[in-house]
Amino acid sequence: MIKTDVVIVGAGPVGLFAVHQLGIKGLKSEVIDNLDKAGGQCIELYPDKPIYDIAGIPECTGEELTKNLLDQIKPFKTNFHFNERVQEIKNDGNNWILKTSKNKIFSSPNIIIAGGVGSFEPRKLSVKDAEKYEDKNVFYSVTDKNKFKGKKISIFGGGDSALDWALELSKIANVTLIHRREEFRGAPHTLGELKKIGKVDIKTKYQLASIEGGEKIKSINIKSDDGKETQIETDYILSFFGLIMKLGPISEWGLNMDKKTIKVNTENFETNKKGIFAIGDICTYPGKLKLILSGFHEGALASVECFKRARPNEKYRFEFTTSSKEIQARLGVKNK
Amino acid sequence: MPKITYIESTGEQRTIDVQKGLSVMEGAIQNKIPGIDADCGGGMACATCHVYVKEEWFNKLPKAEDGEQDMIDMAYEPKKNSRLSCQLIVSDELDGMVVTTPTKQT
Repeated sequence: MIKTDVVIVGAGPVGLFAVHQLGIKGLKSEVIDNLDKAGGQCIELYPDKPIYDIAGIPECTGEELTKNLLDQIKPFKTNFHFNERVQEIKNDGNNWILKTSKNKIFSSPNIIIAGGVGSFEPRKLSVKDAEKYEDKNVFYSVTDKNKFKGKKISIFGGGDSALDWALELSKIANVTLIHRREEFRGAPHTLGELKKIGKVDIKTKYQLASIEGGEKIKSINIKSDDGKETQIETDYILSFFGLIMKLGPISEWGLNMDKKTIKVNTENFETNKKGIFAIGDICTYPGKLKLILSGFHEGALASVECFKRARPNEKYRFEFTTSSKEIQARLGVKNK
Repeated sequence: MPKITYIESTGEQRTIDVQKGLSVMEGAIQNKIPGIDADCGGGMACATCHVYVKEEWFNKLPKAEDGEQDMIDMAYEPKKNSRLSCQLIVSDELDGMVVTTPTKQT
């Protein structure tokens, strides 16, 4: 069991800055995120898109912001638990006990939920039977490409994942690439390469209509906008339609919700459960704006209440980073 | 105020006055219209405000930019008349527009 002052659920920009606000108060936090890296929506949805409304930073990309935040919290040597999702929480006196999808157990007086719009999961195919074949003949990511050797593969999508895997697997398998329009979102040079090598059958303006088969997939039917259907013999389907966000187990924790967001007070961003806070896009209150800068503010205020709960016998003193020797020591600043 | 009609996949229909300058997505969210999630809040980053725009209105809309098309690729069951409602800004020209929401957004 990992004991800590605060468990932060979500390693997006708001979760990362909460680490900072807790850290300068001397509180230790552990961060859990379902993705394989920090950054949340900034990294998953718009790594290259410039952001123009971070105070004091005229322009930066989602990737740069994430990197800077990680640099900013380096002194706190925070543990990150990636590829994990908090499944259950239960109350144990003044503490909360959390269990993750990898069966890791945490105990902490505070949980800060900075979960954005939920955890990222692959967007699944909508046709009937796609679920039945999932992880057998239908995949949303590639873990072992050797499985596809000499097989007939139908790849769906128009982004880099679809193009890259079409190119890669065409070396060892028969690949058909299917996309709903002629323009591809993925890198033009990969598409050029695919066309040049000419091994991949590219079918544009088609979408998946149905899957045929018994125990295993035998073929798929694809349909064009004007209703033309084509059958393609297929052993495996690979689908790359990006990631969606799902709230997941959080909705079962007994928190007061408003649709997919968690209601909090604006004094310390605590939910209806003592010691559980929600900050960033996932929280709601009158006037809430889904801005990164609002999330930073919310984290700062929540960290004060976290301190009171984690250090009940100490008095909280508000201090500035510019003048507090204690904060500067925590940040590893060498005083001149 | 321009009127926008939202039709759910079940056929249920609601006509709402939406202030000029708001997006069709914002009109839906502010009026708690089901069927439009708008997870990313209008950043053209999630495709969960996906709608089908009735033909006669679809052709009146400014063309979708590449970024919007890229997201529609990932939307649930996209069709020829698919748009992201966060990118459709309500104006007098769009008074009376009808949009249908997909059976689900994800």
